[in-house]
Amino acid sequence: MAEAEESPGDPGTASPRPLFAGLSDITISQDIPVEGEITIPIRSRIREFDSSTLNESVHNTIMRDLKAVGKKFMHVLYPRKSNTLLRDWDLWGPLILCVTLALMLQRDPADSEKDGGPHFAEVFVIVWFGAVTITLNSKLLGGNISFFQSLCVLGYCILPLTVAMLICRLVLLAGPGPVNFMVRLFVVIVMFAWSIVASTAFLADSQPPNRRALAVYPVFLFYFVISWMILTFTPQ
Amino acid sequence: MAAVDDLQFEVIYLCQMDLQMRLFRVYSKEFGNAATSVAANPDATTVSIEDPGETPKHQTGTLRGSGREEDDELLGNDDSDKTELLAGQKKSSPFWTFEYYQTFFDVDTYQVFDRIKGSLLPIPGKNFVRLYIRSNPDLYGPFWICATLIFAIAISGNLSNFLIHLGEKTYHYVPEFQKVSIAATIIYAYAWLVPLALWGFLMWRNSKVMNIVSYSFLEIVCVYGYSLFIYIPTAILWIIPQKAVRWILVMIALGISGSVLAMTFWPAVREDNRRIALATIMTIVLLHMLLSVGCLFSFAFWSMVLWEVASTAGKQNEQSQQEN
Repeated sequence: MAEAEESPGDPGTASPRPLFAGLSDITISQDIPVEGEITIPIRSRIREFDSSTLNESVHNTIMRDLKAVGKKFMHVLYPRKSNTLLRDWDLWGPLILCVTLALMLQRDPADSEKDGGPHFAEVFVIVWFGAVTITLNSKLLGGNISFFQSLCVLGYCILPLTVAMLICRLVLLAGPGPVNFMVRLFVVIVMFAWSIVASTAFLADSQPPNRRALAVYPVFLFYFVISWMILTFTPQ
Repeated sequence: MAAVDDLQFEVIYLCQMDLQMRLFRVYSKEFGNAATSVAANPDATTVSIEDPGETPKHQTGTLRGSGREEDDELLGNDDSDKTELLAGQKKSSPFWTFEYYQTFFDVDTYQVFDRIKGSLLPIPGKNFVRLYIRSNPDLYGPFWICATLIFAIAISGNLSNFLIHLGEKTYHYVPEFQKVSIAATIIYAYAWLVPLALWGFLMWRNSKVMNIVSYSFLEIVCVYGYSLFIYIPTAILWIIPQKAVRWILVMIALGISGSVLAMTFWPAVREDNRRIALATIMTIVLLHMLLSVGCLFSFAFWSMVLWEVASTAGKQNEQSQQEN
């Protein structure tokens, strides 16, 4: 093949010539023009775009981010197969939800009893480290979702559980009792199922099909632990 | 505006691709196909025109790998050699890359279920490691089984405490969240430090007595992780506040997981001195028993014991008050 083509006139040659030996013999410039200039004319336009957001009012900036967060909340509440959460990820929504949840779940700081509910820091750490662990797990299993996209989805899907926490706090104002508990249990179970369905709708497609259950189980465990913390919350 | 920018990018990209295709055609016309020349001369490095996204390392690696597989088939080696070679090639990434750790999560759903089933049904004579793990140890099972076990123990301890004190007017329910951190420390320490110690011990004995069977560190971690699975339903069933039921459950769980561990490690110490072999197996089972005593008993049993003691003391107090 390569060797035969290069030396047809020497039938007795035992050693083949190395590859690309005749590289210096080729001249390409006669056939194909290789020189040229490739300019990217869009560069100046990007600079214009950057400076335009720098000059806008603070109100515009905040409203733009708030609208993006609100749009994603809607996507979580009515989960459909859409890519908005994945494409334009942001971590504002998960931060707001996590801080709200931790503020509502923490025990009374003045209360110094030995056992009780979680501190603010414990809830915060559980939510964020749980989300990071699940993301690492799904990436190690071979998923093709990026790190921050997964964090974004898991954080936004805590929204139903935050709503459940608000409802539970309102219900607890009516006083403790078994009926009270059954209502809270029902609400927490419904919101837990909603969280799982919403996050699975976004995350399940990114895994290879023979490992989907392995990637979804930690999500189930994560939301189960958060639901447990919400259900067992007792005001002091 | 965005559409025009996209169009400009596409035009530039197509020009670049066109240039690459023309250059490649020039090279291939002179020197033939690159792949066939590599098969004939496996040591040659190939300079091939690649896509902008690929790295040159990947390309030469795969080409060399396929060359080696062809050699295997030519020499007529059987499957075991080939799987060993491929297994040796599997963990070749350096330990600071992400791909190295991905090799420890190379399991499918049905494989994890099979391993869990194997840990629940210990058959005498069948080795868990040889039968199920087969030089593909995974870290998914041990990690998530331990995590589930921690939350199962904390939740069931909390619930059993609640059920014992149900009906008391003076009892104020607390979620006892601190138990989770204590349980996490104990279980993760057991699942990682004990296999480390056991692996060190087996390596030391291997240097003195030639053993046919030897396990890698990850395989031992795998066995310990999967053997803890039986404790998850046990912890959930421990909510039942009957002493007899709890004792029976603990005995069953200890029996199953202890036998899985014993049957796995017996072939590894069999050729050794009789006394040392028996002592090793006894230590493994004893540590397992300590774990169940430490976790299950302390969370629910002692609270029940304390409650019984307190209630009998309260009744005696009432009786003495009535007599007075």
